[in-house]
Amino acid sequence: MAELLNKIIPNVMNKLPDFLAAIKDTLVMVVWSGSIAFVLGLILGIIIVVTKPGGILENKVLYQILDKLINFFRSIPFIILLTWVIPLSRAIMGTAINVPGAIVPLIMGTVPFFSRQVESALAETDPGLIEAALSMGSGPLEIIFRVYLRESVAAIARGTTITAISLVGLTAMAGAVGSGGLGDFAIRYGHDRNMTDVTWVTVIVVFILVSIIQVIGNIVVKKNRH
Amino acid sequence: MITLQNISKTFIDGGKEVQAVKDVNLTIHDGDIFGIIGFSGAGKSTLVRCINLLERPTSGTVTVDDKEITALSAKELRKARKKIGMIFQHFNLMPSRTIFGNVAYPLKGSGLSKQEIADKVHNLLDLVGISEKENAYPSQLSGGQKQRVAIARALANDPKILLCDEATSALDPQTTKSILKLLQKVNETLGITIVVITHEMDVVKEICNRVAVMDHGNVVEEGEVFSIFATPQNKVTRDFIKTTSNLQKIEELVEAGSPVVALKPGELIVRLSYIEKNASEPLISAVTEKFGIILNIIFADVEIVQNAPIGGTVAIVSGDKDKVEQALAYLKEKNVGVEVIKDGRAAE
Repeated sequence: MAELLNKIIPNVMNKLPDFLAAIKDTLVMVVWSGSIAFVLGLILGIIIVVTKPGGILENKVLYQILDKLINFFRSIPFIILLTWVIPLSRAIMGTAINVPGAIVPLIMGTVPFFSRQVESALAETDPGLIEAALSMGSGPLEIIFRVYLRESVAAIARGTTITAISLVGLTAMAGAVGSGGLGDFAIRYGHDRNMTDVTWVTVIVVFILVSIIQVIGNIVVKKNRH
Repeated sequence: MITLQNISKTFIDGGKEVQAVKDVNLTIHDGDIFGIIGFSGAGKSTLVRCINLLERPTSGTVTVDDKEITALSAKELRKARKKIGMIFQHFNLMPSRTIFGNVAYPLKGSGLSKQEIADKVHNLLDLVGISEKENAYPSQLSGGQKQRVAIARALANDPKILLCDEATSALDPQTTKSILKLLQKVNETLGITIVVITHEMDVVKEICNRVAVMDHGNVVEEGEVFSIFATPQNKVTRDFIKTTSNLQKIEELVEAGSPVVALKPGELIVRLSYIEKNASEPLISAVTEKFGIILNIIFADVEIVQNAPIGGTVAIVSGDKDKVEQALAYLKEKNVGVEVIKDGRAAE
């Protein structure tokens, strides 16, 4: 087996410890920034929906500010964001390089996108349900947790899947701040040193990672549809 | 008792002001099944939402059992809403919850234990006749079943009032009947005051004791269902009654020149209708006997509304000219509504 692998993917086998470290780096980046972005994006998405004109906590000023802010951050290409927030990274994480250095820009690149996903998921909630909940004397927090979120589990899972997969893509760029990860690995060896087998194997590993995320997402969606 | 005082509601729609409800005054007594009828866009749904402040009136006050709803704080309002149940045209059940979960929804935070909540939900599902569906999801139920669940949910906090917004409009006639029966049962056995919004006169006829007719944001007529049916004052009201009674069809037949209404000289077509709850006397046979005239009934439409017959007959009257006059006068004296639809006597 090892012999066969040495033959078809010699460069990968040669750099096996580096390769495994790159996989680990990617996973760490996805899990950490993903988890934090999930919470922040969820909160932001909920605030956007409830403060919208006609929402249960209508607040024009707050809505307009958040709406514009989300648009602003979504419009910044990630590769620019990466370097632009270096001072912030340093302030929060104590460093602007390696995996910790990539966490802040990854979160900032993901939260606006995910909050829009949450917004559209919650917006699918039938307004009749909100009206019914209000008529039963539910307060705003109760409506957020017991109606909006509860009824949108499947839609949020769908949005989470899409966001997580795009986050995997973003981590590939994080090599620009020396964070390592699969993208960096593929560029450094596969492209710069023309080791095409490295590129191939990296693509396959990312493909497997994306597939796993999609399958989990689909299962959650399916379980929450009635 | 629900008192609506000078309720107006104005919406801003695309920069244009739309007055959905205009200065409405209504009093709904305890134990009433009060109908609010109107064509779509008449403002009836907005008006009913003003009762539990799902729509806050632009001006005016809403009072429920001596408590001014329009003056309550947000927290007090939520508490007050628990005592005002509401059901909707499209049921508004939560798709992610089972039937049990839907009915239990409003009971969270009510201070009841898990077991007490379960008992209560079972009792409610029993009351609306759907206990076997406890673990099903709303998507597995028919429209009528969904509305039963919605009624159970609306009753969970033992409200004194139940608001029904077009609750039967999405249902077929048979299911509509069974839901109306259920509402009547709820009214009678639990003593809950019911407010019914509808565009179907049949619904009003079936269960309401009082009704208000709305048109363009105004209440144009209000009163006992029987008297509204017997002596409608407003054109909109008459239009609604036309939708549920055949007696108004005669005008169409006359206009169309149908052979059914062709008259011989000296004959006339009259519409005789009940205007009071006095139908015990056999008036038709009495006049034919007493005055020796002939009444040829074209059609009749008599129904029971609030335990009294309502409706009447359309008939061709023929006979001696004076006798006919006397007969019609006699009927009027007996409080029968007499309208001459087509008069063949002029041709004589």
